[in-house]
Amino acid sequence: MHQALSAAISIGFFGLAYAMVLYLISVGLSVTLGLMGVVNLAHGAFAMFGGYAVTELMARAGLPFWAALIAGVVLVAAGGAVLERVLYRRLYGGDELDQVLLTIGLVFMSLAAARFGFGTLDQVFHPPPALAGTITIAGRSFPTYRSFLILSGAALVALLWLGLDRTRFGAMLRAAVDNPRMAEAVGIDTGRLFAVSFALGSGLAALGGGLGAEILPISPAYPVQYLVDFLTVVAVGGAGSIRGPFLAALLLGISQTAFLYFWPASGSFFIDALTLGLLMWRPRGLVPAA
Amino acid sequence: MIAADPVAALAARHRWRWPEALPWLAAVAAFFLFPGYLALGAQILASILYGLSIDLVLGYGGIVTLGQAAFFGTGAYTAGLLAAHGMGAPEPGLIAAGLAAAALGALSGLAVLRLSGLAQLMATLMVAAMLQSAADKASAITGGADGLQNMAVGKVLGLFAFGLYGRTAYLYALAVLFLCFLGMRALVHSPFGRSLVGMRENAARMTALGAPVFARRLIAYTIAAGMAGISGALYAQSTGFVAPDSLGFDRSGNILVMLLLGGIGRLYGAFIGVPLFMVAQDRLSDLDPAYWYFWIGLGLVLMVRFARGGILGLAARIRRE
Repeated sequence: MHQALSAAISIGFFGLAYAMVLYLISVGLSVTLGLMGVVNLAHGAFAMFGGYAVTELMARAGLPFWAALIAGVVLVAAGGAVLERVLYRRLYGGDELDQVLLTIGLVFMSLAAARFGFGTLDQVFHPPPALAGTITIAGRSFPTYRSFLILSGAALVALLWLGLDRTRFGAMLRAAVDNPRMAEAVGIDTGRLFAVSFALGSGLAALGGGLGAEILPISPAYPVQYLVDFLTVVAVGGAGSIRGPFLAALLLGISQTAFLYFWPASGSFFIDALTLGLLMWRPRGLVPAA
Repeated sequence: MIAADPVAALAARHRWRWPEALPWLAAVAAFFLFPGYLALGAQILASILYGLSIDLVLGYGGIVTLGQAAFFGTGAYTAGLLAAHGMGAPEPGLIAAGLAAAALGALSGLAVLRLSGLAQLMATLMVAAMLQSAADKASAITGGADGLQNMAVGKVLGLFAFGLYGRTAYLYALAVLFLCFLGMRALVHSPFGRSLVGMRENAARMTALGAPVFARRLIAYTIAAGMAGISGALYAQSTGFVAPDSLGFDRSGNILVMLLLGGIGRLYGAFIGVPLFMVAQDRLSDLDPAYWYFWIGLGLVLMVRFARGGILGLAARIRRE
């Protein structure tokens, strides 16, 4: 009994930390898919470059963790905005195969660029001293950094949802996802809205990549290695939905942790089967966008 | 260009035109011109067949798949396991591989084809991922991550052994590709093939016309799975080795890129995209092993920007102008 409880607590804890990272990275993908109708297979590359920015700025430029994180988010969001103007906007509402081809091209380029800039090894990530070590809650010890991930993740999710619910930008974004033509007809500048949301989504991915560099190690293979996880979160959650992917990230994060805990050898098989079942059950996602 | 007599133009669609002989002439010429590269050549020919299977599903059927490796790998393992257990005759192995992959295609198609869009794409991916995990874990049967190694492949037609230089493998792959291509060409020009295109363009209208959309898509998916299985078997028999990555995501993704590069839904896209990609991969990774992905990626981005519809699409546009 005691053992079962302790297993449940650690699965819940590590699963939750993992789910936060998955959600932060995937939510931007859901928005680009729902809002612009673009299957952005290169989305993982934004998270990867966020991770590289954090680890490299800390290691080489000696920046503190927070500064490196913010710098990484700003850099990647700016990069995302440029790519949106130059490349992505031509794909909106266009041929799916063109989207696949272009974004796979970007993935290939980002792999090679990361390899050229930073080598093939996993980046070493050291949490800042204040977040290193473990903390003890109710007689159990937990890694401090993961606890911080859960708390900061929850705070960011709350901030994001509140922002999308309460601000003018959020209302415009929701209107455009629900009915782009009507949104345009009432005077919303959808072109600008797309650019801002794309930059925001890339920035969030960079934040997730940077914060989660301990859970999903940063290496040139990153954009391909975790792409399936990000796509799964969006497909299971509901493309275009903001809350659905959170549910899916929780489900996937906790069940992946549980399967790896109990059946490390065959965990991935069951996760894939579970995903397939969920897709068959709810083809438009757990929380379909309108 | 509008034909004077549209009925005659439609009736003439399936007639052979002289440029269609070019790929085969090139393949035979390559046999004599590049005797040192026949092993690579055999892999290219097998991959063209794999590309044709994607063209049937995606180009003609409009079914978005990122999991065709499920069938490629099933074929490769079927041929590999037969050869490892004393049934190394290549031709029956090839047929068994095609049938096994087709059976899996029919079965998974029942589920996958009920979905559409992103859910369908993810479902195809999940089927392949599940098989890959299974192949990885069932190491008693498949050799696990180390791959299946003790294959003993027999002689083609009982006469020609697979040698070091790949001469047999090349001609064998070429013959198999040619036969499969004849079947595929007849299929896409048949009323069945035309109805697939109709469903790709407007499934609702085809349903209204009384076409059994689901059943026809399932048949196309099954046939394409069989082709992918035969292609996987060609790979396994010519290299004498199968590993779980034959079921992997790269195997599904790269072939899609190759086909899109050549031009999709045009029957000959694979004959252009696959050799181009694989020869470039071979050459560029010799010159610049780490970074060849950058150049191929840049090529893809520029292509979407300036040459939509792949190389054949570009050629068709130039000819029209």
